Amino acid sequence: MTIALPPQTSSSPPGLQPEGWLRYLSFSLDHKVIGLQYMVAGFFFYLVGGALAGMIRVELVSPISDFMSRETYNEVLTLHGTVMIFLWIVPVVNGAFGNYLIPFYVGARDMAFPRLNAVAFWLIPPAGFLLIASYFIAGAAQSGWTAYPPLSLTTPAAGQVVWILSVLLLGGSSIFGGINFIATILKMRRPGLKMMQLPMYCWAMLGTSILVVLSTPVLAGTLVLLSFDIIAHTGFFNPALGGNAVVYQHLFWFYSHPAVYIMVLPAFGLVSEILPVHSRKPLFGYTTMVYSILGIVFLGLIVWAHHMFTSATPPWMRLFFTIATAFIAVPTGIKFFNWLATLWGGKIALNSAMLFSCAFIVHFVFGGITGVALAQVPFDIHVHDTYFVVGHFHYVVYGGTVFVIFGSIYHWFPKFTGRMLNEDLGRFHFLITFIGFNLCFAPQHWLGLNGMPRRVAEYDPNFTLMNQISSVGALLMAVSTLPFLINVFWSAFSGRVAGDNPWNALTPEWLTSSPPPVENWKGEAPLVQHPYGYGVAPGQIDLGAATGREIWSSGQ
Amino acid sequence: MALVLTGLWIGQNVELLPVAASLNAPIYDQLFKVLFSIGSILFIGIFGLLVFSLIRFRRRDGETGDGAAVEGNLQLEIFWTAIPAIVVLFVGIYSYDIYDRMGGMVPLSDPHSMHGAAMAPQASDGSAGAVIQASVLGTPLEPSKRIWGGIGSGQISAGPALPVEVTALQFAFLFHYPQGDITSGELHVQKGQPVELRMEARDVIHAFWVPEFRLKQDIIPGQPTLLTFTPIKAGSYPIICAELCGPYHGGMRSTVVVHEPDEFATWFEKNNTATVAIAPSTSSTG
Repeated sequence: MTIALPPQTSSSPPGLQPEGWLRYLSFSLDHKVIGLQYMVAGFFFYLVGGALAGMIRVELVSPISDFMSRETYNEVLTLHGTVMIFLWIVPVVNGAFGNYLIPFYVGARDMAFPRLNAVAFWLIPPAGFLLIASYFIAGAAQSGWTAYPPLSLTTPAAGQVVWILSVLLLGGSSIFGGINFIATILKMRRPGLKMMQLPMYCWAMLGTSILVVLSTPVLAGTLVLLSFDIIAHTGFFNPALGGNAVVYQHLFWFYSHPAVYIMVLPAFGLVSEILPVHSRKPLFGYTTMVYSILGIVFLGLIVWAHHMFTSATPPWMRLFFTIATAFIAVPTGIKFFNWLATLWGGKIALNSAMLFSCAFIVHFVFGGITGVALAQVPFDIHVHDTYFVVGHFHYVVYGGTVFVIFGSIYHWFPKFTGRMLNEDLGRFHFLITFIGFNLCFAPQHWLGLNGMPRRVAEYDPNFTLMNQISSVGALLMAVSTLPFLINVFWSAFSGRVAGDNPWNALTPEWLTSSPPPVENWKGEAPLVQHPYGYGVAPGQIDLGAATGREIWSSGQ
Repeated sequence: MALVLTGLWIGQNVELLPVAASLNAPIYDQLFKVLFSIGSILFIGIFGLLVFSLIRFRRRDGETGDGAAVEGNLQLEIFWTAIPAIVVLFVGIYSYDIYDRMGGMVPLSDPHSMHGAAMAPQASDGSAGAVIQASVLGTPLEPSKRIWGGIGSGQISAGPALPVEVTALQFAFLFHYPQGDITSGELHVQKGQPVELRMEARDVIHAFWVPEFRLKQDIIPGQPTLLTFTPIKAGSYPIICAELCGPYHGGMRSTVVVHEPDEFATWFEKNNTATVAIAPSTSSTG
C-alpha cells in the first residue's frame, strides 16, 4: 500500500509550485487550487452573463426595440446563454466542486491526472475571453446558443466561427474533466472504501462524467461540421446545398439535453451532502438514490428529440420521446421524496446553506412539473419556443442549480478559507434572490402560454406589464449578488474562524484542517464507511424522534 | 383530500390560456386542465410538506442532538416510485389520446404510402387525418417531395379544405390562395371550414404559431410542410414566428382573420378579380 501512495506531492520538490495567493494564478496541480480557480473564474463569468441578462431585461421593459439594435440584442442573448451554460454552471458544479471534493470523498490526495486537470481548467479563461472578445472585435454570434443552421450559416461568419471555437475549447475542457473524474472515482479510492459507501456527490459526478464523455464529442463533431459549412461552404446542414437542417438539431440536442443533466446531477449530489449535515439525519434511501442517478443518466441519453416536437419529426418519434421524457420524472421524483424524508424528523438548522437547498427543491419541483407537461407533445406544440420554455428552464438551471451553487458556497466556504460566512448577510442574500428569481421567471410562464415567443426584442404591447414585473425581478437578482460579494470578501479576511469541522459533519473533507494541507490529510487518509452516520443510536431515542419514526413506519 | 380538491379547483378555474379559436384548441385545453390540476396537487403537496418540515423540525435554541437515524424505508420508497410512475403513465396515455384526437398520429411523411393508406375508415370515424389525406389526394403535390406535417384537425368538415400556400421568409409570411390568385400578407379564412397550409421557408427556419389555435409548426427550408386546422371562432388572431430567424424575428408577425362564411366570400371575390388568368404561373411557392 505504501508503494501505491500518490507520488505528486512528494515527488515535486517544494518551491516549484508558487506559494500563497499566487498559486491561484499558476498552473497548479493541486486539486483544491484548481477547484477554487474554477469557482472564481466561473463566478466572474456569472457576473458577465448576469450583465447580459440585465441588458435583455432592460430591452424588454418596453414592447418596442429601443435599448439596443436588434443585431446587438441577438448577440447578447447568444452570449448570455453560452456564457451561463458553458462558463458558469458546467465549470462550477463539475469543475469547481468536483475537483475540490472528489479526491477527499474517495480518500485520495489528488485527482487521477493532476496535469490534465490543470490543462482542463486553463482552457476555460482563453475560451471565455475569446467568446467575449468576439463581441468587440468582429461582432458576436447572433444565432442563439443553439446555433441552428441555416440561420447560423447566414449571420456574420466571424462571430459564429469564434463561437464554435470557444465552445469546442470548453467542450474539450469538459471531456478532460469527465475522464479525470471517472478515473478518480473508480481507481483512486482508498483501499477498503466500497462504491456503495461513497458520498452521494461521487455517484452524481460519476453519472455526470459518463454523460460528458458520451455526449460532448457528438457536439464537438457537429460544430466542426457546422464550421465547415460556414468556412468551406460544404453542405452538411445547408438545405440550399442538399444538406439537412434537422440532422443538426438531432446531433445538437444529443449533447444539449444531457447537458441539462450535466448541470443538475452534480447539484443533486451537492444537495445530498448538505441536507443530512444540517438536518442531522442520514441521507434517506442511499441505494435508491444511486439507482435513480443511473436511471437519469440512461434516460437522459434517449430524450433529446423532445426539443424538436415542432420540427419535422415523425409521429412515432414524438410518441417515444414523450414517454421517455416523462419517465425521467420517476427517478427524479424518488430523489426529491428521499430528500423530503431526510428532512422529516431532523433537527434542521435554518442557515443559508439549508435555505438555498430547500429553495432548490421548491424550484426544481416546479420546473419538473412544467417539464413533464412540456414532454407531452400536444402541450409542447403550443408553448415550444415561447417564454413558457424560458421560464421552465430557468427554474431548472437557475432555481435549481444556481441556488445549489450558492448553498454549497455557504456550506463549504469554511473549508475553503477557514472562516465562516456571515449568516445574517447570507439569509438576506437568500431572501432577495428567492423573491427576485420568482418575480422574474414565474410571470414568464403566463407570457408563453399567451403568445410571447422567446428571443424577441419586441413584443405585443399587451404583455408589457408582465415583462416589467419580470424585469423588476431581474433587477432584484442583480442586486442580490451585492450582499453575497460583500459577505465573501469580508468573511474571507475577517469572518469568524471556523475550525476544522464547524458543521460537525462526517464526510472526509471535514476530517482535516480548514483550509486543508496540500496533501489533504496529515498522515493516513481516514476511512469513512458511513458518510451519513448521523442520528441518535436506536437505544437512546428521545420522545420526539421516536414519534417521527413512527410516523414514517406507518406510512403517510 | 383538501389538497386534491384545491388542485382540481385551481386546474379547472384558473384561466391562463388565451381564447380557444380552432377545433383542436378546446381539446388542448382539456389536456392543459388535467396537467394543471395534477401539477398543482403535486406542487402544493410537496411545498406544504417542505415548509411544514422546516418549521416543525427546525433546530430550537440550545438543541444540539441529532435526528432519528432513519436510513430508509423500502415500502415508502416503493410507494413513491410507483405513484409517479402511474401518474406519468396516465398522463402519457391521456396525452397520446389527445394528440390522436388533434390529428397528430397521421403519418404524413411520405405521400406515396398515403395513397395506400385506408382512407375510408379514417373518414368514417371522423378523425382529423381524413381531411388531410383527402386534400392531399385531391390536389397532389409533386410526388418526388416528401411532405412533412404537423397536427391538424377536421372533425367538422364543412366542405373541402381551403388550400393556402404559405411562404415564410426573413421577415414575413406570404399567403397565396391557389383557388383564386390572391397573394396576401394576412391569412384570411372562413369560420368552420378546414384550412390546409402548404408551407415552405425560403431562407432560414421559421415557425408558424397562432396561440389562439394552439398550433405551431416549424417551417424548415427544403422541407415542404403541411398543416391543417379548422377555425371555429370569428375574429383576428396574431400569427407569430416562433423560431429565431434573424434580427427582426420579433417583428415577424402577421394576422389571421377568421371570417363568417359570407364575409369570407366577399373578401375572396374582392381580392380575386384582377389576376385570375395567370394564376398558376405566378405561384411563388412550390
